[in-house]
Amino acid sequence: MSRWHRGADVRTHERRRHGGTGARGHGNDQRRRALVVAALLWVGVVAAPSRVSAQALHVPYQTFTLANGLKVIVHEDHSVPIVTVNTWYHVGSSDERPGRTGFAHLFEHLMFMGSEHVPTGDFDKLLEAAGGDNNGSTTEDRTNYFEDGPSSALELMLYLDSDRMGFLLPEITPPKVDLQRGVVQNERRQSYENQPYGLAQENILQRLYPADHTYHWPVIGSMVDLNAASIEDVQQFSRTWYTPSNATMVVAGDVTLRQVRPMVERYFAGLGRGPAVTRTPPPAVNLAADVYATLEDRVQLPRVYDTWHTVKSFAPDDAGLEMLGNILADGKASRLYKRLVYELQIATQVAAFQDGGRIDGKFEIFATARPGHDLNEIARVIDAEVRSLAEAGPTPREVERVRNSIEADFLGRMERVGSFGGKADQLNYYDYYVGTPDYFQRDLDRYRAVTAADVQRLARDYLLRAHRVVLSVVPAGHTELAATEGAAR
Amino acid sequence: MTAPRPSLTIAACIAAALACAPLAAQQVDRTHPPTLPPPPALRVPAVQTATLPNGLELAVVEMHKVPVVDVTLQIGAGTVRDPDDLPGLATFTATMLQQGAGARGALDIADETAFLGASLNTGAGFDAATASLHVPKRRLGPALDLLADVVLRPTFPDTEIARQRDLRRAQILQARDQPVAMANLAFAAIVFGGHPYGRPQTGTETSTAALNRDRVLQFYGAYYRPNTARMLVVGDITLAEAVRLVRARFGAWGRAEVAAAAEAAAPAGAARTIYLVDKPGAAQSVFRIGQVGVNRATPDYFALEVLNTILGGSFTSRLNQNLRETHGYTYGAGSQFAMRRMAGPFLASASIVTAKTDSALIEFMRELRRIRDEAVPQAELDKAKAYITLGLPSDFETTQGAARRFAELILYGLPLDYFSHYIPQIDAVTAADVQRVARQYIDPDHLAIVVVGDRSKIEAGLQALHEGTIVYRDMWGQPVQ
Repeated sequence: MSRWHRGADVRTHERRRHGGTGARGHGNDQRRRALVVAALLWVGVVAAPSRVSAQALHVPYQTFTLANGLKVIVHEDHSVPIVTVNTWYHVGSSDERPGRTGFAHLFEHLMFMGSEHVPTGDFDKLLEAAGGDNNGSTTEDRTNYFEDGPSSALELMLYLDSDRMGFLLPEITPPKVDLQRGVVQNERRQSYENQPYGLAQENILQRLYPADHTYHWPVIGSMVDLNAASIEDVQQFSRTWYTPSNATMVVAGDVTLRQVRPMVERYFAGLGRGPAVTRTPPPAVNLAADVYATLEDRVQLPRVYDTWHTVKSFAPDDAGLEMLGNILADGKASRLYKRLVYELQIATQVAAFQDGGRIDGKFEIFATARPGHDLNEIARVIDAEVRSLAEAGPTPREVERVRNSIEADFLGRMERVGSFGGKADQLNYYDYYVGTPDYFQRDLDRYRAVTAADVQRLARDYLLRAHRVVLSVVPAGHTELAATEGAAR
Repeated sequence: MTAPRPSLTIAACIAAALACAPLAAQQVDRTHPPTLPPPPALRVPAVQTATLPNGLELAVVEMHKVPVVDVTLQIGAGTVRDPDDLPGLATFTATMLQQGAGARGALDIADETAFLGASLNTGAGFDAATASLHVPKRRLGPALDLLADVVLRPTFPDTEIARQRDLRRAQILQARDQPVAMANLAFAAIVFGGHPYGRPQTGTETSTAALNRDRVLQFYGAYYRPNTARMLVVGDITLAEAVRLVRARFGAWGRAEVAAAAEAAAPAGAARTIYLVDKPGAAQSVFRIGQVGVNRATPDYFALEVLNTILGGSFTSRLNQNLRETHGYTYGAGSQFAMRRMAGPFLASASIVTAKTDSALIEFMRELRRIRDEAVPQAELDKAKAYITLGLPSDFETTQGAARRFAELILYGLPLDYFSHYIPQIDAVTAADVQRVARQYIDPDHLAIVVVGDRSKIEAGLQALHEGTIVYRDMWGQPVQ
């Protein structure tokens, strides 16, 4: 979840909304390939006007690390006179302790509440007065922050970011914690409780992952735990995780290393190094049997979610599972859409995707029933389509179609340096997940290497032959509409 | 503000960055924010134009950084053209374009679009329908073939009409689950009544049931004409190339006489009233507070941009600071002037925790009155103007971002060099201008206050405020008992 959404919940109809840019508001979307909106630079684009299709993806960068452990990555893109400072703290909701779920995200909100030399409110006011924007978001694995603006605002961005990295705690008081607790609780109401099906994910997670697994709870956390968060928690969390040695900063845009490096050193070099970070490996996830559950919600139409445990991001089967998801449900030509929505007309929508995090991953399919249709009817079709893929595999054209769409996504991500999913964010993403900021081409190569036989094997091993969590969300009082175990699936 | 930093040290550090870093770190003065250099100049890409013999106007913006092309075709077939008896026909017709065209069926169109790595969208807004394409440059030709089929040769098969009609029926049903969608529907109907901007753009249950092939064909034939259309092409392409590609595909599109869309008068605002839409069990109350605003052609556009940035168009805006950062009632509050060919609405909005529904209305009203009653302080004015003008360059970073800004000019008939004069016009706005437009376009005595929330929990509190009579409406804005 992100700190805020431009325009709150206002929706306008007069302008076409282009997909793929801006805050998504769901932090865990960020690492999904289809939604990771990181821009790439195509080699030769700047230097030569010649076409690029055969050339490799490459985002040039330079890096240096301060004595306190802060790693800095600089990417120059002089096409537009703007700059972005994108900072990742390597801490997320999976680093929370039981009884304090939602805390990493609450802390993200506190990072905008002022620091020792920046009075409350000035962070935003100074940036806006310099033409800048900012936001932050939290996932299971990391917390990110960016400031975007004209290249002239770079030093202000570094001043603000360094002050909250080094001098946050003197300014955090119980009333500030209370205030942002209220904001975050309203975020939970707006984005989850007051949304149809909004509580489905947390119900799935608690059944898919054992209680001692750090993906057991959602990033937004529970109301009870949010209420319990104290000023002492803030202090301890800050000292443990919000340190230069647990952060990486990307500066990208119309700037040079020569200009950036002394400025970064000036503001950050004096900050103290943090303690070494240690994490306990998560327990094994093992669904020994299918788990069926039903959630009653204020919805008109029932929806069924099938969720399987899979692999973490960048594991060998991660890219193939994502392509499997696209073959199943990306667009009208996909198998499940065609069958459920188009031909049989028993569902209004369907989605399928691999969702790999740094620690673990899952594969999810959900479909919403049309009026008069129950979830068993839909579940049987989902199973038949999965079985068909597991037994016969996709056609060559299906694999190529999905691959072409993914390649086009990579191209689209080359256009923007800032915001969530811009080039700077993506450099940080690759750096944290695979240890190589410029991993763009190798990432794309993962998808290029996937064959029809791979997709067939993945459908068989991860879906057909594996246990799953089946969650039915039904209108209150209509549990008879739920998918039932043993309904000849 | 004077520069607090030791500039000599900085200059030395640039020469030998590593060596003097610790020194620089020791000397950093955090007591003041740094003084910034002058902002970079705005560079807006140029717009080139051409007109095909059949009247289709073409605008091309060359952006060669990334080999992609973005195409936006606006057609004078927006929801203002919906017949009174059939709201939703314009959006339905636009949806139907993709459900069969030329020799292709609905699934073929979807399959081929994805195969090309393209995205193809068709839809209708109030003032225009839009067919758009975003595609890697090397697949532009076949993708334009698809776009041309969809726009020029839709087949509207009966089976597809039935299928989309059924899907739409389910979607209208699902709107009842979405308090934000309910609030938007109700607000438009309450403020605009029978005016085209008051009708539900995706229709009602009744109108959806009445959609059929004849009505779609009739609508399509009447309005989908090159003389009502304008095409914008942004990306890795030249004007000559664009003209050649577009003429080959759209050059034979036949003209027809199309009457201008009728002007409609928006109803006068009623005395301030609270319209309560009951949503039992809702965790929050969704607010839409507003009235008829102003059209896009208004000479007050720049003053209104500044006004709205101060009131509810940025994170530090008054509504967001008050309702979120001071009181914690919401995750975010904002406002907007939706400017269209005719006057669209002004509205302030937020989703408020149920228990603070009445308190939030007090704060909404306080801010809506204050922006009229008091001149905006200079620092706040300067911040808003800088936020708008210095943020402008980033709008032109991507092809889709640039397309969005230029499409607005084209849709509303504004000069294509508009952004060359944009910054001076914002810079010229004074505190007196802001107060004048606030008084002219925000009328607290005639606001429609639409609240979608749990009536059993919020009604008494709202009643006690005496900010207006409470009446009860459904999500269509119609009275309920």
